[in-house]
Amino acid sequence: MSGFISVLTREIRLSLRGGGEVLTLVLFFVIVGAIVPFAVGPDKVLLARIAPGIVWIAAFLAMLLGLEKLFGPDRADGTLALYRLADLPLSAVVGAKVIAHWLTSALPLILASPVLALLLAMDGETFWRMVLSLLLGTPALAGFGAIGAAITVATRRGGLLAPILIAPLSVPVLIFGVGAISASGGPDQAQAAALLLAALSLMVVVLSPFAAALAVDWGED
Amino acid sequence: MTIDTTPKMTWWNRLSHPGQFVALTRPLILPLALLTGVLFAAGLWYGFFSSPPEKYMGDTVRIMYVHVPTAWLSQFVYATMAVSALGTLVWRHPMADVSMKAAAPLGAAFTAMALFTGSLWGRPTWGTFWEWDGRMTSTLVLLFIYLGIVALWRAFDDQLRAARVVAIFTLVGAVNIPIIKFSVDWWSTLHQPASVFRADGPTMPGEILTPLFVMFFAFTFLFITLQLAAMHTEVRRRRITTLERRAARGEA
Amino acid sequence: MIALGAHAEFIISAYAGVFLGLAALIGWTVLAARQTKRRLEELGDNQRSNGSAQ
Repeated sequence: MSGFISVLTREIRLSLRGGGEVLTLVLFFVIVGAIVPFAVGPDKVLLARIAPGIVWIAAFLAMLLGLEKLFGPDRADGTLALYRLADLPLSAVVGAKVIAHWLTSALPLILASPVLALLLAMDGETFWRMVLSLLLGTPALAGFGAIGAAITVATRRGGLLAPILIAPLSVPVLIFGVGAISASGGPDQAQAAALLLAALSLMVVVLSPFAAALAVDWGED
Repeated sequence: MTIDTTPKMTWWNRLSHPGQFVALTRPLILPLALLTGVLFAAGLWYGFFSSPPEKYMGDTVRIMYVHVPTAWLSQFVYATMAVSALGTLVWRHPMADVSMKAAAPLGAAFTAMALFTGSLWGRPTWGTFWEWDGRMTSTLVLLFIYLGIVALWRAFDDQLRAARVVAIFTLVGAVNIPIIKFSVDWWSTLHQPASVFRADGPTMPGEILTPLFVMFFAFTFLFITLQLAAMHTEVRRRRITTLERRAARGEA
Repeated sequence: MIALGAHAEFIISAYAGVFLGLAALIGWTVLAARQTKRRLEELGDNQRSNGSAQ
């Protein structure tokens, strides 16, 4: 357990050191959301209708940015090789990395989401549903991201490949994530989507460390 | 008393030796190819000359004879890949790697064909080439997964290492595909409650079922033939890599 | 050839597309098989893993 926590704190400290990375990520998230009105026009009704989709696309893209740093630097400096030999199971190390990834690249987005809600003319009730939906759904994105990063860490062009592999897997997250925000199907549908999203996140978060650890381990020797 | 440690040449062992596998399955290719050809000829004859136009869809029902088999193969090939992935991960069966690698581009091609014929069928029956309907959308996502797998194979230099990593991704995809299907169905009914045409609705008359079944088997046997041929090629390709590496080492 | 009714062009293009796709698939498989066979012969493979039993 102490090993798990020390990996977790090491990961968080590494991404917070310098401080720039998290800020860049948040900036990217806000800019992607803010650039959509320029493309579709400043119609408030239209913006309010497509706002859930915009927020989720921005979050999805922003979470892809940090993927390369998940295993890449550790592989380059040999830390990954040490992790593989450690007493702590590799899946626990990967689990700690997934949690750290969520804390440093999903939580800041959720904290910054009020800015996007304001820009995209969201009303108060929708805003709270959006926060809930992001909280429930981003763990699944972090889990899929870890799988994609682990699978491509040993390849030559991993950085481009991981998003291609993850995007189809993330379709249910986006569907239920947006479904949990938009009231188009009535409140029952939104609640059902939120529950399905939570179930999906739970499953992905539990299973992804094992799959990712297996991929890291077998991609090496 | 001695213990016999030489491996028994059971069919399983023979199958796991690449050279033996090729030698065993090589004679199968020609009969399979002939059978495929006969089935295609019969299916096309039934499909165009011996089946009447359907009551509601008219002659466009003939597109079904190529659409349904390709749509079936798009899922069957993934199942083949998933079983091979299990073979790679659990039994480390050498031919499972080869089977996985051979199947990926075939599956992508059949999925693309299913989408192509589906959209050409959709234009006259639904009035649009592309409908964000549950089945078409999940087939599109499946195509993306296939293409991702093909890209992943190409990203590795060492094919043995690639096989294990691809196997993990294939199984992750296999777990996910039902979830994707469910979510896409949920999503498409939410956005368009008016239900579109369903092929499984009314029961089909025998004149339509016959060409459908013949074409179904024709496509399935075509896949098996191509899969075997592609596996043999992959075995040879690995042998070439070994020989080239050996030659390079000898000259160096 | 029978008449294909009002939507003949869709039926014909569907079959033509599938035919081209299958032809490309078969052609690619055969071509890859030939290439690897030729390369193996060039390398002077003596293990005969490309053919009959050892």
